[in-house]
Amino acid sequence: MGAAMKRYLTPGNAVLGALLLWAAWHLFDWAIVQAVFRPDVAACHALEGRGACWGVVAEKYRVIFFGRYPFEEQWRPLLATALMLVMLGLSVSRPFRNRRILVLWGAGLAIFLLLMKGGLFGLANVDTPRWGGLPLTLILTVFGLAGAFPLAVLLALGRNGRLPVVRSVCAVFIEIVRGVPLVAVLFMAAFLFPLFLPQGWDFPALLRVLVGIVLFAGAYLAEVIRGGLLAIPRGQTEAAQALGLSYWQMQVRVILPQALRQVLPALMNSAIALFKDTSLVIIVGLFELTGALGLAVDGDPKWRAFALDGYLFIALIYWIGCFALSRYSRTLERAT
Amino acid sequence: MQKARNLLLQAAIVGLVLLALYALAGIVAAKMRGLGVEPGFGFLAQRAGFDIGDTLIDFDAADSYGRAFVVGLLNTVAVALVAIVASVLLGGALGLGQLARNRLLARLCEAYVELFRNVPLLLQVLIVYVLLIGRLPLPHEAWHVFGDWGPDVWLSKSGLALPWPIWGEGGLMLERPVLGRFTFSGGAMLSPEFMAVASALTLFTAAYIAEVVRGSVQSVSQRQTEAALALGLSDAQTLRFVVVPQALRSMIPPLANQLLNLIKNSSLAVAVGYPDLVAVADTTLNQSGHAVECIAIIMAVYLTLSLLTAALMGGWHARLLRQQGGH
Repeated sequence: MGAAMKRYLTPGNAVLGALLLWAAWHLFDWAIVQAVFRPDVAACHALEGRGACWGVVAEKYRVIFFGRYPFEEQWRPLLATALMLVMLGLSVSRPFRNRRILVLWGAGLAIFLLLMKGGLFGLANVDTPRWGGLPLTLILTVFGLAGAFPLAVLLALGRNGRLPVVRSVCAVFIEIVRGVPLVAVLFMAAFLFPLFLPQGWDFPALLRVLVGIVLFAGAYLAEVIRGGLLAIPRGQTEAAQALGLSYWQMQVRVILPQALRQVLPALMNSAIALFKDTSLVIIVGLFELTGALGLAVDGDPKWRAFALDGYLFIALIYWIGCFALSRYSRTLERAT
Repeated sequence: MQKARNLLLQAAIVGLVLLALYALAGIVAAKMRGLGVEPGFGFLAQRAGFDIGDTLIDFDAADSYGRAFVVGLLNTVAVALVAIVASVLLGGALGLGQLARNRLLARLCEAYVELFRNVPLLLQVLIVYVLLIGRLPLPHEAWHVFGDWGPDVWLSKSGLALPWPIWGEGGLMLERPVLGRFTFSGGAMLSPEFMAVASALTLFTAAYIAEVVRGSVQSVSQRQTEAALALGLSDAQTLRFVVVPQALRSMIPPLANQLLNLIKNSSLAVAVGYPDLVAVADTTLNQSGHAVECIAIIMAVYLTLSLLTAALMGGWHARLLRQQGGH
């Protein structure tokens, strides 16, 4: 027996290990052995909590994944979601580590929206209030980040710049947004934005919420990017100025590329946080993944008792997404 | 030339911001009046007309909106305070646990962090709430948490009933909860909504605090530990007198950040109907139409709470640095 083995075999570890095994066995028993996988509500009730009722997912998966999207048209959000996942996969692959990625995303997002909205090429029009489930989660995360990023760069440059007025406007905006909960920002999007618009103007709730998310994520990303800007040695700025570069040339070609590379892991963390935070939009009546589950079980007295199993299933989806992203972020950290 | 241009640019920005705010105020006021709502905070004195389930001070439907907001604020502070204490304790233990020499224990703590960090907090709140509502017994079959000899704590669908100190005839005394016809009376009752929000906040934030603690402790040089052990200090003494004091310096700023997040995250209470500030504002807003004022109150309160927390933690950090003669 090796020394390493000996160190493991202490009485404390034996107790801890036994406890772990006991817990693991019970979890396995509950989640797999005793569980009901068929959409059979009578079998689920017969379990009396001894096993999980995954039948609720089998019964309701269309609503969970696509919300209130018209049933016959659900191949479109399915295709759109698959497209988005493929694009995310391609983005981390080598051939796309250059400008091509912008073309990929430009075209990809256009096709995504076309599939979801329709109204062209013989696709029936589906308005945004009926969008829901996983595609909505992806829209809020991806479009939210895409909109927040340029805003964040401008805010970070502004707060770090030399113009006192710009500095204070950016600082006040960033600190106010970071000081209030996302729920407050979403309330603003839901209740205040309509009041801000002149009489007769109206935007769909999804767009308003997206604007709110962009403002919110923009403030957080701005602070991350500003951290990167502060870490760039002054010599870089001086060298760029000596070469006769204008302010924007200097920022775009010299400073930002270095700053962004430095804070890539932190940017990824913000992206993960936003992915999780999109679940809050249920509070203002959009049915993304979490909300869609509520939609599926709350309105159906037969299945309402198994909301827990449904929530656990959704938690697993989020967990896989966040874990994969954080692992990818860690490989990036090592690469830079 | 450059200077004059910059000055002009800044003046233009100030002008634009002021103009935009002025135009917005005009549009909003006109729209609100169009809906029959007079802008301003006068409505706070009006009768609220709704009941609140959890209250720390007396409240009923005849009281004003203003008092409802105070009830909500107290609830926000209560749930945040409980979660702050619990998550710092749990997070600290998990953070140190991750660094334990016992690999099994360390792995277990790491697994906890990975599990709870990667699931949205809202989902955790909902899961705990559904668990409490679905799996707890009715009040007359309540679980006696500490058995018959421990303190009188009962857990059931109506919540956690526990003894509570009150001013009686003989001074301060403990009042015990007693099962009545339908539910418990006397003592204090923590509602399932409160417990769901407080425990989900604790479980979620503890995972982040664990990472903060682990990072700070790891940043203390290994040689410090070795030197302390060589001097004959025990493991616990090394931790208490050598590692933790040094780790605290780098720990406080990120810890403050996590506590700020916790306070803001307590607003998720609205999802399970715990009447925190946001939930009260939501009800008031829908009932009275004073959206601008309600959202302004929410923002002002959270900004104040954030500033207070930041100032407290900053003060502690500064004092610690002074005491330790650090830089």
